[in-house]
Amino acid sequence: MSYEAKFKVWRGDDGDGELTDYTVEVNEGEVVLDIIHRLQATQAPDLAVRWNCKAGKCGSCSAEVNGMPRLLCMTRMSTFEPDETVTVTPVRTFPVIRDLVTDVSYNYQKAREIPSFDPGDAKPGELRMQQVDVERSQEFRKCIECFLCQNVCHVIRDHDENKEEYAGPRFLMRIGELEMHPADQADRRNIAQDDHGLGFCNITKCCTEVCPEHIKITDNALIPMKERVVGRKYDPVVWLGSKLGIVKKGQDTPSA
Amino acid sequence: MSTVEAPAKSRAQIKERTLRKDNWRLYPLTTFVIFTAWVVYATVRAFWGSAFYVPEYHYLTPFYSPCLNDICGNVVGQTGQEGSAAEFGTFLPESTRGWIPFAAISLPFLLLFRLTCYYYRKAYYRSFWASPSACAVREPHGKYTGERRFPLIGQNLHRYFWVAAVLISLINTYDAIRAFHGKDGGFGIGLGTLVLVANVVLLWLYTLSCHSCRHIVGGRLKNFSKHPFRYRMWGWVSAINQRHGMYALITLGSLVVADAYVALVAGGAFSDPRIFN
Repeated sequence: MSYEAKFKVWRGDDGDGELTDYTVEVNEGEVVLDIIHRLQATQAPDLAVRWNCKAGKCGSCSAEVNGMPRLLCMTRMSTFEPDETVTVTPVRTFPVIRDLVTDVSYNYQKAREIPSFDPGDAKPGELRMQQVDVERSQEFRKCIECFLCQNVCHVIRDHDENKEEYAGPRFLMRIGELEMHPADQADRRNIAQDDHGLGFCNITKCCTEVCPEHIKITDNALIPMKERVVGRKYDPVVWLGSKLGIVKKGQDTPSA
Repeated sequence: MSTVEAPAKSRAQIKERTLRKDNWRLYPLTTFVIFTAWVVYATVRAFWGSAFYVPEYHYLTPFYSPCLNDICGNVVGQTGQEGSAAEFGTFLPESTRGWIPFAAISLPFLLLFRLTCYYYRKAYYRSFWASPSACAVREPHGKYTGERRFPLIGQNLHRYFWVAAVLISLINTYDAIRAFHGKDGGFGIGLGTLVLVANVVLLWLYTLSCHSCRHIVGGRLKNFSKHPFRYRMWGWVSAINQRHGMYALITLGSLVVADAYVALVAGGAFSDPRIFN
């Protein structure tokens, strides 16, 4: 069964633009990205959209559908009523290059700032880990870097000025992944708070809500990291213990 | 190798606060109403100073536990039976009634435990501070500094309030065990006993599913394989932690139900249906 759907697609570049109306054919089983492609093929050949795998695994086609951050390729048209107008806009947190394509280089900059895995003195091939020790980190490795969590996080979405000090949920999760890694020797708690802005997070869980890989970012990465930071920086008993020499201090990681 | 720099661009200028079409206001609005109603109820009851204990069956409302006012030492029930709810002594003189809650030691810690709870933080940041009201909805504040400064940096003390909550839950458990008390002084079960026991079970589920508890029992470890028992405990806490928010809300209700039940029985609105003795 096919029908004609009403679409509003944001068109423009350098921030200036507007929602443009389209009426376009929709067929059974299609996703929003299919409709965008049909628009390109039939009505708007210059419409810019970034996409790659069409399988929810490359993280390229991030956008906002009816105001919610989503992957275009994983948003089924069957979730909308046939008479509903579907609005597609670029992600709001990052600058627009053109139409639905945004410049996400902020994320690559933040990725570079995180000190990499530190195996200590272990040589390649020497590390042995059990499954139970790496399970927590493995959950975070499911991340496809679509940056929807970065986009939805109000810390930078609504306050661009915080971008300097805040790495965003995806990269705080990366720090958590390394901090929980059984073979990583570094203590990343100070840099998580001081250099990457974990304290900005007020755990409103939007990152978890929009994650297409269903990673429990808040419960399994951000809150455990907050608790670890408390143990390092804010726990008076730990502070006293370290002063008395009972609690061993970990070696802090210098930030990149 | 040269790379092409993306030209300086700005974000898409979209004037609408959000383009969401679903009913995103429902969550913050219902949370606001429920929390406000609960705080009003709890404040009124905490300062009420009567209808908190049923001496015939040893029912003590959780809002008055431990009961530390001199009044707690001699409570007269509807049948004229006298009894004491002061299991942990009294140090508050009778004259403080009405402006110091009888459970002056436990209530502040319980309030702080819930105020710094990771679930409640999400709920009240969304519903009371609109920071943000819902995902992808622009917040109204011009500036945002998060939990890095006073007073919100105090949220980091959650684990200590959790310890206090565990101790208070032990007291609530003791109260529930005392509620297995019959008319003739021996063992007995009434509907009130079941209400108080159900409330305590839910309070334990809420307290033990806490994120700080999850960290303390095992989450702080790097190597689970070296600590199999703590790993197992972490697994148990993780299982109930997934429903921490649900327990947080259910216990708000169960506390009100338990308190209202005891208040109504103690006030003589109805008599406690007895199952045994």
